[in-house]
Amino acid sequence: MNPVAAIGSVFLDFLAACGRLGLFAAVSVGQMARPPYYPRLILRQVIEIGYFSLPVVGLTAIFSGMVLALQSFTGFARFEAESAIATVVVLSMTRELGPVLAGLMVAGRVGAAMAAEIGTMRVTEQIDALVTLATDPFRYLVAPRLIAGTLMLPCLVLTADIIGVFGGYMVSVHKLGFGPDTYLKNTFEHLEAMDVISGLVKAAAFGFLIALMGCYHGYHSKGGAQGVGAATTNAVVSASILILTSNYLITEAFFAR
Amino acid sequence: MTAGAATGRVRIAIRGLRVAFGPKVVLDGLDLDLHDGESLVVIGGSGTGKSVLLKCILGLLRPDAGTIVVDGEDTTRMGSRARDALLRKFGMLFQSAALFDSLAVWENVAFPLTHVGGVARDKVRDVATRKLADVGLAPEVGLLSPAELSGGMKKRVGLARAIAAEPEIIFFDEPTTGLDPIMADVINDLIVDCTRRLGATTLSITHDMASVRKIATRIAMLHGGRIIWSGPVGAIDTSGNAYVDQFIHGRAEGPIQMAVATP
Ligand SMILES: Nc1ncnc2c1ncn2[C@@H]1O[C@H](COP(=O)(O)OP(=O)(O)OP(=O)(O)O)[C@@H](O)[C@H]1O
Ligand SMILES: [Mg+2]
Repeated sequence: MNPVAAIGSVFLDFLAACGRLGLFAAVSVGQMARPPYYPRLILRQVIEIGYFSLPVVGLTAIFSGMVLALQSFTGFARFEAESAIATVVVLSMTRELGPVLAGLMVAGRVGAAMAAEIGTMRVTEQIDALVTLATDPFRYLVAPRLIAGTLMLPCLVLTADIIGVFGGYMVSVHKLGFGPDTYLKNTFEHLEAMDVISGLVKAAAFGFLIALMGCYHGYHSKGGAQGVGAATTNAVVSASILILTSNYLITEAFFAR
Repeated sequence: MTAGAATGRVRIAIRGLRVAFGPKVVLDGLDLDLHDGESLVVIGGSGTGKSVLLKCILGLLRPDAGTIVVDGEDTTRMGSRARDALLRKFGMLFQSAALFDSLAVWENVAFPLTHVGGVARDKVRDVATRKLADVGLAPEVGLLSPAELSGGMKKRVGLARAIAAEPEIIFFDEPTTGLDPIMADVINDLIVDCTRRLGATTLSITHDMASVRKIATRIAMLHGGRIIWSGPVGAIDTSGNAYVDQFIHGRAEGPIQMAVATP
């Protein structure tokens, strides 16, 4: 095969996939607005995403906060700027690490589970059965997950921010010998509302993307157990890539202001 | 074609239906009518596209050509809202039962009641239990999850779900495959009972000749993407059609060549 044609066909496949995904997202959002709503299903997803992700996200956050304090101490001690540690920890957590790490952990946990569940429903004809029972799969399966993902990730990230700052505090106070009051004062001195808000906006976007990728790959999976496995992998990988890409774009949008 | 026994008005009229997956043509200009009140059974070899035919009628698959007219409305060019309304007339028992495994058995049966039938929430559980009893399942079974059921029980729950909202037209995709002969007969009886009680029109698919003779009022044979013979159940043994004869007697030799390597 002509190499140019090979590159072209890959590119066309990519465009087609983007189109399918865009259409899927548009239909999902369109159906989210329309009744019937399924409050019980939304609640179930809220618990699944928000509550059951807490241990994973909390552990990630506390160790990130702790390691941040240690690392910045090593660096900043070289030019006697140790007092900046509290600021570094709180800014990194709220602006970057909180949303990105929580997003990646939730993508691995929840995105994979969504793809596997919906994918299994697809290959065992449960989605066909839903349709024949006059129930729209977008409203019944996709919308509750998108809503729960978009709402719960900011809550998780807020928790992660607090736990991360606490981790930094513990290390600074108990290991590096900072005074507790000074550390807390330093933490809040340079923190602006925008730092936290930009992190939460990111979190909402990531939550939407994770749920969208889980549902999209699950919904389009085919070919039995192997297809569901592939859908799960694709959901996690594509959600992670989209998280990192959109993280840059959102950061830039906030940075420009 | 032999004239069918049914005389009721036409509920579903399929004309020139064509479905292909890539180069593989599965249905090729299929014509079929389903009359009010009849019990039509479509027979045909494995992989001839019987399940595909049902999926096209339900709108789960989009045909490449042809029309499917249900009660005067062409389903192939129908909006999603009109389709939802139309689907409320249908019940379907899937070949694999397709029970929702995130819901308990009784919730599966209750699903069409709440989503289609509009039964009030506090009554749903009782109604669902009654529907389970109709297919011979004890109330305790309702509390299990679908994963805990045997194949025959799944089929029965699928049957209960398919008929729970008392649809006018019911599709059964291989209701008895994979069951022992006694359970198969029980299911056949249930199908005959339930549909007679509801006065429903049914379209069933099966390979099982005992089942065909029990539930059919009319039989159609699918081969090579078309209906090659159709007639009342009584005419099946004297069809004079070599394909039908080979099928009902299950002979390897005959005009239907199975794609298997011969030594
Ligand atoms: N989604 C699909 N993609 C590709 N090919 C398909 C698809 N669905 C069905 N087919 C093909 O269409 C043909 C008919 O399939 P169908 O499931 O209708 O068979 P069937 O007549 O119901 O057989 P059986 O009696 O074994 O259930 C098969 O050869 C199958 O390979
Ligand atoms: Mg089939």
